[in-house]
Amino acid sequence: MEIYEIVTYFTLLLLLFSAARVVTTSNVIHAAISLVFTLALTATLFLLLSTQFVALVLVLVYIGAVIVLFLFGIMITRAPLGKNAELDNDKNKLIGATISGAIFLLFSYILINGFDGEIVITSGSSTELLGEILLSRFVFPFEIVSFVLLAALIGGITLARKDEALVDEDQV
Amino acid sequence: MIVQPVLVTAAALFSLGIYGILVRRNAVMVLLSIELILNAVNINFIIFDSMLADSLMQGQIFTIFIITIAAAEVGIGLAIVLMLFRNRQTANINEFDLMKW
Repeated sequence: MEIYEIVTYFTLLLLLFSAARVVTTSNVIHAAISLVFTLALTATLFLLLSTQFVALVLVLVYIGAVIVLFLFGIMITRAPLGKNAELDNDKNKLIGATISGAIFLLFSYILINGFDGEIVITSGSSTELLGEILLSRFVFPFEIVSFVLLAALIGGITLARKDEALVDEDQV
Repeated sequence: MIVQPVLVTAAALFSLGIYGILVRRNAVMVLLSIELILNAVNINFIIFDSMLADSLMQGQIFTIFIITIAAAEVGIGLAIVLMLFRNRQTANINEFDLMKW
């Protein structure tokens, strides 16, 4: 076994552990930090598959921006910091574990049988080529996505700010 | 390198996200679980892109689109949670049953 494969399998194992910690820990801040680890390990996996640009986008957008938003959300909604037994819905635990376990078994069965013997040859991909394709062949979806981002920006501001008229009428 | 370990890990991440959505009570934690699911999809896209050696790199391009949409989704989702918290003084999704009859 090559060193490359050993590093990849180790990354996958750590990825599983940190993802399991996101959904099982009883501390909200620990869950957010575990998500940081999960995303960083995903970026590592992308680097190992030699898709450098996507790995860097993941680090910049997710770890840089989304996690900060999450931490703000946790602190603003006064989610109880520290250990908290009330975080999980114990009634749903068994049914949740059953459903997700069934989904996992089904997916694993299909994927293991469907992609038997398929291999990945990491040849390296060029960011220059990616940019050219993104701005030529996929330029229309690219513009649509920018429009979606603008709509999300306006929607987020409109939703989250206090409405002065409603404050005056004491309706908030 | 064979692809099955990566695919099975992505499937495990997806089912862990489903478990989180079903079990968690806090709305912010549910959004965290949705991020896990989107991450699993990203891993699948990248591994298939590498496996097929696509000359158009569609897997990578769609991953970039998914990351963008996920960022927008988190912004809107947290704004909605914030609004609900402001009106109800709680982020517990069990109590958001206004549209249930």
